[in-house]
Amino acid sequence: MKRVLLPLLALSAIILAWHLWVASGNVPKFILPAPGAVAGALIDNFGPFMLAAASTFKVTLIALTAAVISGVALALAFSLSRTVEMTVYPFAVILQVTPIVSIAPLVLIWVGIDNVERALVIIAWLAAFFPILANMSAGLRAVDKNLSELFTLYGATRWQRFWRLLWPTAMPYLLASLKVSGGFALIGAVVAEFVAGSGGATGLAWRILEAGNRLQTEKMFAGLILLSVMGVCIFYSFAALERWLLAYRR
Amino acid sequence: MLSATDLHFTYAESDRPVIRGISFDLKAGEIVSLLGPSGCGKSTILRLVAGLLSPESGMITWPAGEKRLSFVFQDAALMPWATVTENVLLPLSLKNTVGESDVEKAHDMLAAVGLEGFDKRYPHKLSGGQRMRVSIARALIAHPELLLLDEPFAALDEILRFQMNEMLLKLRRKQGWSALFVTHSVYEAAYLSDRVFIIKNGTIEGEVKPSLNRDLPSFEQRGSPEFSKAVSRISKLLEARR
Repeated sequence: MKRVLLPLLALSAIILAWHLWVASGNVPKFILPAPGAVAGALIDNFGPFMLAAASTFKVTLIALTAAVISGVALALAFSLSRTVEMTVYPFAVILQVTPIVSIAPLVLIWVGIDNVERALVIIAWLAAFFPILANMSAGLRAVDKNLSELFTLYGATRWQRFWRLLWPTAMPYLLASLKVSGGFALIGAVVAEFVAGSGGATGLAWRILEAGNRLQTEKMFAGLILLSVMGVCIFYSFAALERWLLAYRR
Repeated sequence: MLSATDLHFTYAESDRPVIRGISFDLKAGEIVSLLGPSGCGKSTILRLVAGLLSPESGMITWPAGEKRLSFVFQDAALMPWATVTENVLLPLSLKNTVGESDVEKAHDMLAAVGLEGFDKRYPHKLSGGQRMRVSIARALIAHPELLLLDEPFAALDEILRFQMNEMLLKLRRKQGWSALFVTHSVYEAAYLSDRVFIIKNGTIEGEVKPSLNRDLPSFEQRGSPEFSKAVSRISKLLEARR
């Protein structure tokens, strides 16, 4: 209860302070609109905002699914072959350390001219992929050596070793990475929409960009709030999944 | 039941042999302890016998038929995501589909190690001693002829260690398996073993037969002249190594 109540109280205090500050007239409305104006903008534009949110969420979800499939598959390949790991891992690191905002224009030119959404998904995937690969690789390497020897001693097949030892060992690592990558996929999708500009004119980032161009700060805030809510929902969904699947640890 | 002849072994990352010409026999129903300082090759001997490592030279001879052996490690090596019963059933479930009778067998085995009613718990909820009992139950469910124990009680306190020693002897009397038991404790080796091998630099330096009267209660065995004599002889052999 405290876990929900305390952040809610803090949020209420922030909103109240924000309202009082704006009401004091010390700050122009186009720089900081009142909380009520933000709520009004959200209600007045609820339909378009929801459509935009659905579009961004769709890109995020597709990218995250692709990141999970590719990250897990590559981590498995790494665990089976040191040569594959030595060959491919540096490229994965290069992709991770290169700022996504600098790769995005290239991806848009390469694959986005006839299909912007494909480019958005690829950019979001680039942002979400590495934590899954790195964590899953670490998880597959974290197998208890003694337990592994027992599997050998009792004649386990390769499939039994994977399904009954490697996979459950790596599961906590994968679930932890999902909480991180879920947020990264959303950031990637938003960055991609920003870079795509009017080309990606369906998502929340475009709504924020468009409102910014017209100095409609309350609409910008409304878009930002929706993005935050989406990010929080993604994080807590995976946290709940983690709690459910790893109930044995409690 | 098992005969090891002139075993030699060197780890790939080292140029110093760990095992240098070890030979011994193990009789059915016998508990033999391997005692010696860290790095002398005790655990390597267990892994060679288990077939987890292959000797450079020498051979290990088993009686004809399928060799049935189980391993108990210093840490219980349980699957944290599996219940106590699922952990105990591991050796059977890797070979066949587990049936009702196997589950009953697991419950019996848990009762034998004093963990009745713990079947649905996860390892996370167990104490160190309880986890080790699960590990022993798992090792025994496949009815091994030979039990390989690599310092299984090293992390337990003295009282718990005594209880585990009693439990092990009781189970051995009931089930009749043999055991190779690695330990750092002179007292544990003297109490549990039919024979104690003193290992030095990859060779068997000496052998002591405690010959305790197993019909006596444990406290009397531990206070008997035979026990003191065995402890004294083992200590002397260990001192002689220095």
